[in-house]
Amino acid sequence: MATNFESKNLVPISMTQTVIVTKYTLLDYLRSRRFFIMVIITGLISLLLTVLVGYYRPPSFLTNELSFYGSWWGNSVTFVVILSAIFFGGDAISGEFQNKTGYFGVPNPIRRSSIYIGKWIAAFIASLVMLGIFTVFTVGNGLYYFSGIPFEFVESLIFALIYMASVLGFTFFFSSLFKNSTMSILLTAILFLFVFSLIQTLVSVLVQIEPWFILTYGSTIISNVLTTPYPEHMITQNLGPQAGNITLTTFNATIPEGLAIMAIYFIVTTIIGLILFERKEFN
Amino acid sequence: MPSIEAINLTKQYGVFTALLGLNLKIEGAKCVGFLGPNGSGKTTTLKMFTDLIMPTKGQALINGINVHTEKKKALASVGTLIETPEIYSSLTPREALTMIAEIRGVPIEERKKQIEEVVAEVHMAEWIDKRVGKFSKGMKQRICIASALLGNPLIILLDEPTTGLDPRGMSEVRDIIKSLKGKNRLIFMSSHILSEVSDVCDEVAMIDHGKLIVYDTISAVTAKFSGGNNVVEVGLARPINNGTVTQNIGALASVVKTEKIDDKNLRIIFNGGLDVQERLLNDLVKLDVGVVSYKAASSELEEVYLRLIKATL
Repeated sequence: MATNFESKNLVPISMTQTVIVTKYTLLDYLRSRRFFIMVIITGLISLLLTVLVGYYRPPSFLTNELSFYGSWWGNSVTFVVILSAIFFGGDAISGEFQNKTGYFGVPNPIRRSSIYIGKWIAAFIASLVMLGIFTVFTVGNGLYYFSGIPFEFVESLIFALIYMASVLGFTFFFSSLFKNSTMSILLTAILFLFVFSLIQTLVSVLVQIEPWFILTYGSTIISNVLTTPYPEHMITQNLGPQAGNITLTTFNATIPEGLAIMAIYFIVTTIIGLILFERKEFN
Repeated sequence: MPSIEAINLTKQYGVFTALLGLNLKIEGAKCVGFLGPNGSGKTTTLKMFTDLIMPTKGQALINGINVHTEKKKALASVGTLIETPEIYSSLTPREALTMIAEIRGVPIEERKKQIEEVVAEVHMAEWIDKRVGKFSKGMKQRICIASALLGNPLIILLDEPTTGLDPRGMSEVRDIIKSLKGKNRLIFMSSHILSEVSDVCDEVAMIDHGKLIVYDTISAVTAKFSGGNNVVEVGLARPINNGTVTQNIGALASVVKTEKIDDKNLRIIFNGGLDVQERLLNDLVKLDVGVVSYKAASSELEEVYLRLIKATL
């Protein structure tokens, strides 16, 4: 017996379809094992910091409000952001090819861009939950040791959100580049956890030029804004005659510069990722 | 009138040509089987009609609309099943199908009813609220078939729809396709199973090495490429003797040859199309030999297939 209903369909506009994709991708994320693993990792980082700071009371954390937020949040939040982006964005697009989920969604009256953007927003919301958990622990401990929340922390939180958007843009770009999920996840993790930091150090210390083209360099504003006074843009240090009068130059991204780097990374990688997904073939 | 049309549709991967200048227009409510050996370009063609791959040259049109320039419009009333899709493992069939129904714009007041109907149609009603991650390949395939039926599409594109199904599942899917034929749908399905195509389809398109070999009604194709002969298999209620087979049935108009399969089953080779096939049935009934079943044999299509498609890749 075939269905006996009659078609009265009116295909929704692309924005509505993007929301539909976001809704169901998010539902899939929230029920997935990886979501619970990420909650556990974020919770463990937060609990570990809570226990260590509570037990050892390190002066670097407890001198004043800013030193607390700088040491707690400034040192760990980028790790939480990168890990969340890899967990939720690493295989978001490559998985559509490797796991063949794309064969279920793509051959429908929906633009590929709606699928891409919908999945990006879902990954952003899932990552936001992790950032939220870490923020709650940070602020909870901050309020326990000190009376208020400094304005600089709010700034840092906003920068962390922008950084999350740019890291996800980059992650999605890499995910669009490959049809193999493991490859896209692994390469993104290696790039963010090792390669970018290494290039940043090599470029600034050895070549002595500002690493303005590295995303992680732009993200240093997240911790730097919690330092008073804000670190100088360029610090030159002579190591003295014993070290052969070698001059070391350290660079710190200014806030406008950091924001520009993150924004450009977000825009460029999102556009390239989207173009790649539009052209990629299911074969 | 629903239609799909390939205009000089070509797909090349470097030096390898998967499909070469396919020109094919299918119009109206009918079921067309798409036959060809492995690597002949069947799935490539279907993928170009569903935006899964892009043509190197040519156009894939659905209801006159180019799939690659106006995808949303072209696929607005198309249900598809290409290869064996996977569904997000954390979702239930109800959720996955609701997503597709929402994307396709099935009105909210009809959504629940439609989803339950299509799931019942593929005999998965008791699994509707279980997570897909636990399903077997065949169960997932059934859900994907249900998804192709959602929104009551005018055109249904199926790529080997019975793959991964058990014999009962295969038979159920064929029944679904047959019932859709009666509802003014254009069904274009690729298959390796010739008996499935002769059982379900009205017309057949054969493709080999990326080129269209033939496209016509099954009876015309078999008549044209098997010397104008067709075969019917006749089931009888009681045993028949050799004399009746050779003298009475063999003497009927247009009958070329008769073969006894066993005491109660015959193969009759006749010259002509559907009109002769109909007349032959009347003649057999008049002979009072106890006809209880009468169907076109798939072996003729098989013979044509083997004659036209000499070698596979």
